[in-house]
Amino acid sequence: MTTEFSVVGKGLPRVDSILKATGQARYGDDYSLPGMLHGKILRSPHPHAKILTIDTSKAEKLIGVKAIVTGKDFPPGAKYGFSAPTRDQTPLAVEKVRYIGDEIAAIAAVDVDTAEEALDLIKIDYEILPSVFDPEEALKDGAPQIHDHAKNNISAESHFAFGDVEKGFKESDYIREDTYLTQPIKHGFLEPHASLAFWDSSGKVTLWANKQSPYIVYRKLEMGLGIPLSKMRIIQTYVGAGFGSARSDPFALDFCSIMLSKKTGKPVKVVYTMRDVLVMGEMRHPFKMEVKTGVKKNGKIMAIQCRVIADGGAYNSIGPFSIALAGFFIAIPYRVQNTRYDAYRIYTNKSFCGSFRGHCIAQLRFALGQQLDQIAHDLKMDPMELHLKNASQPGDTTPEGYKITSCGLEECINKAAENSGWQKKRKKLPPFRGIGMGTSGFITGVKLSGHNSASAVIKMQEDGTASLLTGATEIGQGSSTVLAQIAAEVLGLRVEDITINEGVDTDTTPIDPGTYGSRVSFYSGNAVKKAAENVKSQLKEIAAQALEANPADLEFKDRKVFVRGFSEKGVSIDRLVRYAQNKLGKTIIGHASYDSGIEFVDYQTGKGNLSATYTFACDVVEVEVDPETGQITLTNCVGAHDIGKALNPTLCEGQLNGAFVMAQGQLLYEDLIRQDGKVLNPSFRDYKMPTAVNIPKHHKNILVETNDPEGPFGAKEVGEGASVAIFPALANAIHDAIGVRIKELPITAEKVLKAIKEKKKNNNL
Amino acid sequence: MKQVLSLKVNGEQFDVEVAPHRTLLEVIRESIGLTGTHKGCDEGDCGACTVLMDGKPIASCLVLAMEAQGKEILTIEGLADGDKLHPLQEAFINTGAIQCGFCTPGMILTAKGFLDENPKPTEEEIKKAISGNLCRCTGYVQIIEAIREASKTLQNVR
Repeated sequence: MTTEFSVVGKGLPRVDSILKATGQARYGDDYSLPGMLHGKILRSPHPHAKILTIDTSKAEKLIGVKAIVTGKDFPPGAKYGFSAPTRDQTPLAVEKVRYIGDEIAAIAAVDVDTAEEALDLIKIDYEILPSVFDPEEALKDGAPQIHDHAKNNISAESHFAFGDVEKGFKESDYIREDTYLTQPIKHGFLEPHASLAFWDSSGKVTLWANKQSPYIVYRKLEMGLGIPLSKMRIIQTYVGAGFGSARSDPFALDFCSIMLSKKTGKPVKVVYTMRDVLVMGEMRHPFKMEVKTGVKKNGKIMAIQCRVIADGGAYNSIGPFSIALAGFFIAIPYRVQNTRYDAYRIYTNKSFCGSFRGHCIAQLRFALGQQLDQIAHDLKMDPMELHLKNASQPGDTTPEGYKITSCGLEECINKAAENSGWQKKRKKLPPFRGIGMGTSGFITGVKLSGHNSASAVIKMQEDGTASLLTGATEIGQGSSTVLAQIAAEVLGLRVEDITINEGVDTDTTPIDPGTYGSRVSFYSGNAVKKAAENVKSQLKEIAAQALEANPADLEFKDRKVFVRGFSEKGVSIDRLVRYAQNKLGKTIIGHASYDSGIEFVDYQTGKGNLSATYTFACDVVEVEVDPETGQITLTNCVGAHDIGKALNPTLCEGQLNGAFVMAQGQLLYEDLIRQDGKVLNPSFRDYKMPTAVNIPKHHKNILVETNDPEGPFGAKEVGEGASVAIFPALANAIHDAIGVRIKELPITAEKVLKAIKEKKKNNNL
Repeated sequence: MKQVLSLKVNGEQFDVEVAPHRTLLEVIRESIGLTGTHKGCDEGDCGACTVLMDGKPIASCLVLAMEAQGKEILTIEGLADGDKLHPLQEAFINTGAIQCGFCTPGMILTAKGFLDENPKPTEEEIKKAISGNLCRCTGYVQIIEAIREASKTLQNVR
């Protein structure tokens, strides 16, 4: 049933667009306080070393230096991190450094130049330790041990098994085994991390920072600083994008700006350079995947087995969860009864990995989606047939226990194929032109322990507008706008009548994981919808008296409340609010929380319903390869996405386009190149992200609206899953174009050229 | 040693005391206090710091403040005419070309410098013109659309 909404479903301009278009939106480095000092961080030049002594005496004497902190200034033994068993980070290195870039000391000075000069004056005596950079070397007995608790440098393991893979393979008519490799990818946002801290005379800390998960940050700051949450206030500034754990966690700059402020009694601002951002931890895990898929000759998948070695780098971050999440996603988007997943996250002396848009599911799809395509090729089947034959369906319960409710995967596959000319083009394109298909499924709001609440508070103002408070974080994806649209729709107001909090303030906004786990539209959206309904019922009571009507017969539209069918005889909302204030002595305030009611997944076994609902997608990508240079041009691309409901189609398009180009970058150009633990390309000049000239010539997004029964107005997520199907689609298109399958990312022009030349040589033999 | 520098920014004269090694970006943000021009990579690779200098887009992180003496600088704060937004700003707002907004000021100014030179561009020309401005959020599609829309509006106005 399609309902005509007033505000939801419309591509309205963002609520923050004017401020952003005029340069008035204030990001992390745009905040200043009187008397502010500037901080800089000292990073380790060694990949693995014991810290013997730190001599800051010369640095302290430099005119303009006001304070210096090292690891010893933080509570001894205080560690912070994602979960209690995996916490392994300290605010600054204490006994040893574990990667080139590991933070050791911080200086606050009157200006940045002085702070930088003072860094050079800090004398550190190191005992260099042997280091290890390759995860498979690090696993071996006798390899340098990076963390005392981690034997064989195993940071985490995940082992899941469902059904009987051996039986599944025995019953298969055809089996493939392949190895795939992916590379480290940086989030690539343009705004470096920036934090301004003030430890005031009452002992309260205020931190202005560009974080996408301020509550996660404040909890971890409490762990590392040993001060109670009530003494910590995080104010989220405008955020120049996030894409993962790089904006969800605190780093040295947060801990140190706070500690330096404590020492000096002054506000301290620390802003990272882009070099800092590219050298420090937080990036996508490189995966080595050994995958094995068995199918019947009609294409039905009988078993999937996957062994992953993830190069985790020097610390855990959210990594242990990351490798589990990849394993959870063997179950979707195909119906498979027999699966086995074994993953090992290994510590190495390099910058560490965390979460990244698509969160390890992208790597897995790159492998499994290509393997399935190869199977189709080997069996002389149309890959589309294989996708359709095995596609997840609405109402499925997977062996793991995932409950698929709304699912438009089949529609996505059919629409993507139709709109891309799949049948016309498949096997009919000239040499060096190819077409490839990929599919994916993704979570909408995974339930994580410790960060699950989503709540909203709505206060009605006397002019009939509403003030909306949530813990959701706008980082560019458009959450403030869609949440305002949801509130406006329920209350019969316009979007401009909703004032949403500009950023999270941990003193006042409801606790929320923020932009994390693909949950904002679904969880915060539902909380806002319920809070608005709460306000609505309060207003209905008052209106019912004024209109002498039954509250059940009242409708809210165009800033008025009226009896259904009698819109000309209503009462304006502002009058109702003022009536409540003046006559009844009450402010109309509504609030609500939302929890999907699903159980937590067992992270040891992988059993349980991972997410309240799931999104699905199919991408078809067409490429043209230049046989002289190996350069790949994307010609026609079509993506069909089951997102439940497009709350704001313009914003959805933005997310789908952005996700596509981000995936394209990882598939074709990007690679954080590290040699002996040193990042060789810590600049955007050499860490090559796509520019406007690289994007597809033609790109069409199809929004498939399955109207999820649980999502607010039927909506699911749109920002994250969108990137995943492109991985196999683009890789498969390249294989189709050149007849060689490249199993290692990035698929650079050099690799393509080499593959073309080798194929030519082999053909001539 | 700091020197007094006279800069003309958004039609206004500013006399600031700066050390000779300060970049135009730093002076705009810190001495003059206009924070709409953003510091991204600070190495000339991302375009977030783009301003117009005598009408031409430049990376203000690569220009010494002293070099800007005697030139007309336009930052994002100077683009609107009072509360009347420039057609580029309107177009960016209406087409969804803005997400996190960090690249936006630089992107808009690059587009302005480009459209002033090439009022009827092809799509390829638009893409090339903004190829020095990175955006990690939008995938560029709606930005290109916005610039095309703005070029039409500006042509009608002329």
